[in-house]
Amino acid sequence: MDTKTPVDRRQFLRVSALAGGGVLLATYIEPVANASARLAGEPKTAADFQPNAFIRITPDGSITIIAKNPEIGQGVKTMLPMIIADELDADWSKVKIEQAPLDTTKFQRQFAGGSTATPTNWMPMRKVGATARAVLVSAAAQTWNVPESELTTSASTVIHQASNRKISYGELATKAATLTPPDMETVKLKDPKDFTIIGKGMPGVDNRKIVTGKPLFGIDVTVPGMLYAVFEKAPVYAAKVKSANLDEIKKEPGVKHAFVVDGGQQLQGLLGGVAIVADSWWAARSARSKLKVTWDEHPTSSQSSKSFDAQAAELAKKAPMRSLRKDGDVESAFGGGNKVVEAAYYYPFISHAPLEPQNCTAHFKDGKLEIWSQSQTPESGRAMCMQTLGLKDTDITINMLRGGGGFGRRLNNDYMVEAAWIAKQVGVPVKLLWTREDDMQHDFYRPAGYHFIKGALDSSGKLVAWRNHFVSFGDPERMSAAPQPNTPLPFAPSAGIGAAEFPARFIPNFALDASVMPLGVPTGALRAPGSNGIAFATQSFIDELAAAAGKDPLQFRLDILSNTPIAQDPGPAGAPPAFEAARMRGVLELIRDKSGWGKTTLPKGTGMGVAFHFSHRGYFAEVVQATVAKDGTVKVDKVWVAGDVGSQIINPLNAENQVQGAVLDGIGEALGQEITIENGRATQSNFNTFPLLRLRQAPPVELHFKITDNPPTGLGEPALPPVVPALCSAIHAVTGKRIRSLPLSKQDLKWV
Amino acid sequence: MTFTFKVNGKSTTVDVPADMPLLWVLRDVLDLKGTKYGCGIGQCGACTVHVTGTPRRSCRTTVSQVNGSAITTIEGLSADGTHPVQRAWEAVDVPQCGYCQAGQIMSAAALLARNPNPSDADIDTAMNGNLCRCGTYLRIREAIHKAAAMPATDSNAANRTSKSDKN
Repeated sequence: MDTKTPVDRRQFLRVSALAGGGVLLATYIEPVANASARLAGEPKTAADFQPNAFIRITPDGSITIIAKNPEIGQGVKTMLPMIIADELDADWSKVKIEQAPLDTTKFQRQFAGGSTATPTNWMPMRKVGATARAVLVSAAAQTWNVPESELTTSASTVIHQASNRKISYGELATKAATLTPPDMETVKLKDPKDFTIIGKGMPGVDNRKIVTGKPLFGIDVTVPGMLYAVFEKAPVYAAKVKSANLDEIKKEPGVKHAFVVDGGQQLQGLLGGVAIVADSWWAARSARSKLKVTWDEHPTSSQSSKSFDAQAAELAKKAPMRSLRKDGDVESAFGGGNKVVEAAYYYPFISHAPLEPQNCTAHFKDGKLEIWSQSQTPESGRAMCMQTLGLKDTDITINMLRGGGGFGRRLNNDYMVEAAWIAKQVGVPVKLLWTREDDMQHDFYRPAGYHFIKGALDSSGKLVAWRNHFVSFGDPERMSAAPQPNTPLPFAPSAGIGAAEFPARFIPNFALDASVMPLGVPTGALRAPGSNGIAFATQSFIDELAAAAGKDPLQFRLDILSNTPIAQDPGPAGAPPAFEAARMRGVLELIRDKSGWGKTTLPKGTGMGVAFHFSHRGYFAEVVQATVAKDGTVKVDKVWVAGDVGSQIINPLNAENQVQGAVLDGIGEALGQEITIENGRATQSNFNTFPLLRLRQAPPVELHFKITDNPPTGLGEPALPPVVPALCSAIHAVTGKRIRSLPLSKQDLKWV
Repeated sequence: MTFTFKVNGKSTTVDVPADMPLLWVLRDVLDLKGTKYGCGIGQCGACTVHVTGTPRRSCRTTVSQVNGSAITTIEGLSADGTHPVQRAWEAVDVPQCGYCQAGQIMSAAALLARNPNPSDADIDTAMNGNLCRCGTYLRIREAIHKAAAMPATDSNAANRTSKSDKN
């Protein structure tokens, strides 16, 4: 892909769609290996061996591997280089890992989203390593004048067993640099049983810096001559500044600049506000406490969570705006003596709240922009800076810093375009840092969602019909109009639902309908977007149906998954595989056995719940055991997790960390997290009103991977969705109360 | 106004507003970036440092409140990063994003200094004020137990830290 043209529209659209789209699944796999072979980097010196953009071996034996993607805590800076190092047969303990800057010519796609790093890079990174190894073997063969077939490699060394000779990669570097690397597409890869690094738990490569407090994160950047900025935006999104007491602010200690930024109406772009630039962040922050801004009226200032609830209830009574899927005849199935169950589910807006508040450092000089950012999508950030500041991509350099959490928040680049704009006004380097309050009140929230679901069971208790009227957010006019070919559905970002979402295909009479309400609040992908709410509604309702059928909820799920599925339409080339029932049955059976489901006698007040969900190519089933005190206090006692992400757990140490984190994240969301909208703005502003899970609330997590013969896939997200409905199910087991609305802190869970 | 205090054993004088939080003095005046900003209201613990040996939220501690005190930050917890808590954190591979971990480590080190063999309940109490958005809590518990079982090899640094804390 050539990104040298200033506006590569196809690429921009694809990145934008990814950043703002409902389902964060990259549906294609880039031929990274081809590109890196074609674009082999220039060696630093003629003596260095640099067979591609990812590997550099110098004669002193130093091996550097480039980590291409943004690191936000998902462990990709360790994991991708591990794949290269294994096929290279490098000594991992001595390999140096270097973070790449944004360079899509060398590295192609560089983003963190959709748990895609593993599925899209697994084969390309192996080929990158194997190609370099092949050259080193050739160099050794020439040096010793022996056939390559007699040579083996281990720990950065080529070995000739027959003559008991060894030579290090460093010693071969100069010769290897003169040889042409073989074709990446045909290079021989290892038999997975010979992996020495992949499959071994490797601690994060930045751990030493983290535990000793070295500057590492975006917020830690220092550029000589740098000033510090704060930026006050309208509490009602995209409202403009009418007036501000700039003259007074400019007299505050340390303040160098104070000015109005006009901004536009695109919620993802530069919005209006007041920038204050000072010689320290504290000075800017202090001056801001004296800032008085009058904001223009804005049409969305009357929106509120309460008004959304009322509109959703009205829409549920009406015919849906659009049908997303229809199989069989649901209406007939709801009659004819079948048992009908009906329920309404709701989940709120929630904030990403990564612990490092949004920030970005920018320097604009002589028409060139340099950015230091922990964006998850630096490429779309560059595109936005190009558009907003009128620059070419070659005018922009983006340094990729470690992010203090992402969870999808940094898929958007609002902070980057703000820093760029402010830096252009002041002409010196500027570090823009948001307060926690800015961060929580100017998020791209996980959209709230309303599911009005109806199901029918036949006389044998078999699920025969399912209809979901999903009420969400978006453009009602376009939703009601006839669908346009090749046009995305007019859902707000991340507020959609896939037509193949379970239980589609497994029930003969099935309808998925949708209606939307207009929304002035920014929304976006939060870890396991879509799934993190949909799994709650869907899996919880399956529990209700199981109860109505008089069946065990786990067995009821296995029964549904044993139905012959309706064939899936083939997706576009490179699309992820369809949900495979057998793989989900596999993890459900595993979790049944590991958790002692149905065989454990629990004390009064303690219950178990189960749920599963397929997202981001991963299959996860989870059992939660929770205790509910009579006063309604919930304590999660334990979570059992079974996951199937294919044939290989690349870094088991981090894989476990990610799953534990996703499970605790889901529990935190369910227990107490909610952003309520009043007068068009978010009411919560910090951790005292938006509680994150705390250590005391963290239950043990017992993890079991089911290794299957499928390509390895990602782990950042898919372990999250099932824990929410499984927890709600466990609470029901104790209290007899169905949880149809979140967060749990707002539900009456008292029981006698 | 000028304020004088010790940071990691070194006497330091800064000329800043009296209401400036210690956090921003450390980060932006003294260029010690290990201490992190998370919430600014003492809710998350990312900014935890030791003031005279006691864990304090530096975002809610003004520079005037620490005048004459001895402060230890993550950078000064040990001379070469070998405090048992730091070694345990690496061995257990606690961090995900890592942003909260300096604060977690400072809270854990303070806990172990006063309670060398804490129970899970002791850990829950001492560490409950430190948020980890990534959810590394299970490993934090594990690493604290591991650190408690470790001999302190970096005795010089430990002495230096405790000495500066007392001064």
